[in-house]
Amino acid sequence: MIALLAFYLFATVTIASAVLVIFARNPVHSVLWLILAFFNAAGLILLTGAEFIAMLLVIVYVGAVAVLFLFVVMMLDVDFSSLRSGFTRNLPFGLMIALVLLAEIVIAVGAQQAGPVLARGAAAPAVDAVSNIEALGTALYTRYLIPFELAGLILLVAMIGAIVLTHRSRGDVRGQNANRQISRRPQDATRNTRPVSGEGVTL
Amino acid sequence: MTAWFQSFGITYEWSWFTATLIGILVIALPLMLAVAMIIYAERKIWAAIALRRGPNVVGPFGLLQSFADGLKVALKETIVPTSANKGLFLLAPIITFTVALIVWAVVPFQPGVVLADINVGLLYILAASSLGVYGVIIAGWSSNSKYPFYSALRAAAQMVSYEVSIGFVLVCMVLYAGTFNMTGIVEMQKGHILGFVNAFGLNPLLFPISVVFLISSMAETFRTPFDLTEAESELVAGFQTEYSSMSFALFWLGEYGNVILMCALNAIFFWGGYLPPFDWAPLYAIPGIVWLFIKMLGFFFIFGWVRATVPRYRYDQLMRLGWKIFLPLSLAFVVLISGWLMLTRYGA
Repeated sequence: MIALLAFYLFATVTIASAVLVIFARNPVHSVLWLILAFFNAAGLILLTGAEFIAMLLVIVYVGAVAVLFLFVVMMLDVDFSSLRSGFTRNLPFGLMIALVLLAEIVIAVGAQQAGPVLARGAAAPAVDAVSNIEALGTALYTRYLIPFELAGLILLVAMIGAIVLTHRSRGDVRGQNANRQISRRPQDATRNTRPVSGEGVTL
Repeated sequence: MTAWFQSFGITYEWSWFTATLIGILVIALPLMLAVAMIIYAERKIWAAIALRRGPNVVGPFGLLQSFADGLKVALKETIVPTSANKGLFLLAPIITFTVALIVWAVVPFQPGVVLADINVGLLYILAASSLGVYGVIIAGWSSNSKYPFYSALRAAAQMVSYEVSIGFVLVCMVLYAGTFNMTGIVEMQKGHILGFVNAFGLNPLLFPISVVFLISSMAETFRTPFDLTEAESELVAGFQTEYSSMSFALFWLGEYGNVILMCALNAIFFWGGYLPPFDWAPLYAIPGIVWLFIKMLGFFFIFGWVRATVPRYRYDQLMRLGWKIFLPLSLAFVVLISGWLMLTRYGA
């Protein structure tokens, strides 16, 4: 009963906020609706019993990706009228993507209905024998070790690539050198003097 | 308590629902009181460090000062700037306050005394605390004012930066604990050092990491020396510049709720949580919640002490500390600790 109520709550809010992502006039509002959609999707995943995935969704997407996304969108100086003028021009392209996504969902659901996917004769793990995290960890670090490491490597390369592309040393900017600032001592910059009255000081 | 409700003929689901609701109130209401008292305590700590008397007028020893302040704030008019985005402007403090409360669901106060004993407790804490930044960002943006906006940008960058190193710190701790469950983490610390001391923090491999966590938790709650989001000399009052009345008070309650939470997390992750400091039978006669409170107060004193004595960081120093010092350090410790555990615990 409560699980059912929670499911309908999460599902309704997810769909409603997804719709509002598209229809919100302000891009910042769109991102905020998107965050709400993420959050409710995490709730739905939680209801299916995949608590680890749900937590990861919140930590990664809501906690990091969406924050940076919001960060960028907030700083954009967007001209709203020009944003909407391209609507008819981009409509066929958008519809095409929507169609592809719909077809994929239909195929995925159909395939799932046809029977569970079992990888090369492996027996399905006994439910509740181990916790989700343990099962995931075992699968990731034994059976799928190489794909997992490869994914990590690709991300690392992408990260280094982004840094190399955007980082450039500019000659006209004076940076902060923390080591020099820390190693600076009072006697390097100041001097105690005992000026005689009426003589003045030499600087 | 669920069973007790069931004895009245209520179905399991609804008796669980009612029991949980009562559990939430039992945690949230004392927390509000604790925030009021902790603000008073902190002002007394600062006063003692600055050789002043601190609040001493309202009530005996000034104990009721926070309640007087709360009453004053509640009676003020809520001002919403005309150019502000009204809905989001009022939503922001509510988010901050709510997020500060929901994390307490997984904090174990005693063996078995925890609202939600879930096996991803630690991830839940990371998830919930990563939501906290939205209150600040939304407040800064919806105020439609320069200084709050700067503050929101700073807050977003700071929070994301320090969450990275906090993540690695917690990975180190979880490698030792072997579980994400909060009660499990505390129980694993029983007799961790020489079979006698109940704390991860005294382990030579985990002590540096616990210090990193303490400093990162100050950055995560926007406390001095990392309170750049509300640096009054640069940003007036930061993201809460335009706020007044109860919406302002909700920010404060949320902020101090987070500080108390971080003290609790420091105690739970590295210093034995509700366990007494030594694994010695007579010490267990004192209830676990008392030990937890003593440890939390100790950390709160450190927080207050730092705030009273350490000058504020510059923003580039803050980023340098997070990305160039804490991140490589905690990453190196992940490698070191997993290597050590492979050699000693999981190897062979």
